[in-house]
Amino acid sequence: MTQFLFYFLSFVAVSAGLMVITAKNPVHSVLYLIIAFFAIAGHYILLNAQFLAIVHIIVYAGAIMVLFLSVIMLLNLNKDNEPAKSNVLKLAAVVAAGLLLVTFSGTLKGTESIIASQPFDDQIGYVKALGKVLFNDFLLPFEVSALLLLSAIIGAVVLVKHDLK
Amino acid sequence: MWSLGNITHSIDAWLNESFNPAIALLTEFVIVGTMAIGLFAVLGLVLVFMERKVSAYMQIRVGPNRVGPKGMFQTFADTIKLLLKEGLTPTGSDKFLFNLAPVIAIISAMLLLAPIAFAKDFQMWDLNIGVLYVSAISSVAVISILMAGWSSNNKYSLLGAMRSGAQIVSYELSAGLSILAIVVLVGSLKMTDIVASQETGWWLFKGHIPALIAFVIFIIAATAETNRAPFDLAEAESELTAGFHTEYSGMRFALFFLAEYVNIFIVCAIGATLFLGGWMPFHIGQWTAFNHLMDFIPSSLWFFGKTFFLIFLIMWFRWTFPRLRVDQLLNLEWKYLLPISMFNLLLATAIAILGWHF
Repeated sequence: MTQFLFYFLSFVAVSAGLMVITAKNPVHSVLYLIIAFFAIAGHYILLNAQFLAIVHIIVYAGAIMVLFLSVIMLLNLNKDNEPAKSNVLKLAAVVAAGLLLVTFSGTLKGTESIIASQPFDDQIGYVKALGKVLFNDFLLPFEVSALLLLSAIIGAVVLVKHDLK
Repeated sequence: MWSLGNITHSIDAWLNESFNPAIALLTEFVIVGTMAIGLFAVLGLVLVFMERKVSAYMQIRVGPNRVGPKGMFQTFADTIKLLLKEGLTPTGSDKFLFNLAPVIAIISAMLLLAPIAFAKDFQMWDLNIGVLYVSAISSVAVISILMAGWSSNNKYSLLGAMRSGAQIVSYELSAGLSILAIVVLVGSLKMTDIVASQETGWWLFKGHIPALIAFVIFIIAATAETNRAPFDLAEAESELTAGFHTEYSGMRFALFFLAEYVNIFIVCAIGATLFLGGWMPFHIGQWTAFNHLMDFIPSSLWFFGKTFFLIFLIMWFRWTFPRLRVDQLLNLEWKYLLPISMFNLLLATAIAILGWHF
């Protein structure tokens, strides 16, 4: 059952991801991206990380994608006014994406041994376990990422203020 | 004792005895699904009638009074009219998204029913992240509004959808923070734990000032998130005809209408669970006789009574407050409600740590 769900969700995620880049209409692309995010949230639930799955939906599908959708809908992008990219840019994008793929496959190769050595804990995705890990083992990175978000908020406010003057 | 919890348990036991577990589970899914759809239909009929009667009372009118006794069957007649009407799809619209949007609105409303405890031991799915699940799914509902507004290919619809997007994304924050204040006091996200923690008294009473502030903010944010007046800028009829559902007609319009009313029911149910004790009866400290009398009232009646009280409150808002402007709406959220609810969360945390609540 779990394996079947895994394959189904992976199929949905990958095909939605492909549709994001092949869809002609930018609004459709964003909607496909939302489907992909839901499929990934499903993967988190399969890994027993319900908290992560729900936060993933709140943050990505609920907040970021809604903002994306609003902006793209308001801009009313069509095929007619889409600027054509030069061939050099296309080549550069392909090279960059290929390098990213190499990096990903390189890192994923090393993970196999870690999975084998860890016994599975069914409480691991619960809020309590996550909070303990975040505030004991990873307190500094957690606080630093909070600072990063704060600086992003301040940056956004400063940019808008500057525009007004 | 006669209770909904016992009935469901005996049905579950009987199904598991008579059939193999897979078929029993499937039958239970079908029963729950049918009941959810039935609840939707009943809620739609009751809430629309209630809204019309409440508005009539507020404006010293009689309200619907022709179909059936006191106009009770008015909403049945309206539903049949909507079912029989032709559903138009405007030319130049994105047909697939146009037809998909009302379905997504209704599905997201239906998913929200899952973690709500309707009575003692009567709940579809007791998630360990129940409250977060609710805020996640309700943030998805706005996608259906955006889809409807954009795919209609109509400027009014698009403007309504944009407003609704900005409004829901911003009010979600203070709704979430006010929910978190109660979660901090309870120490759990599970709906059953939240209800069980209120056995000695509802959080509205025993949570002191932070719970009161959180309740007020929650009610304001809930009104805004369900696009109800005085925050109904997404469908402000004097400026945008009908906002995001201008182009909808027939059954698809009815689905949006139904989703709106069911969403009101759900936010009020969440509010009743968090602040008013869900299905817990009203208890006063050591008054044993009084408490026993209150226990005699079934838990489902308590739940629906509290929920409908909150629904009445939200309807009362609609017919007494004038509509806000967009800038006033966003100022209210970002300059007042959000800072207050952040400070309130800190206060609630301090009270929870020091154990100052009862």
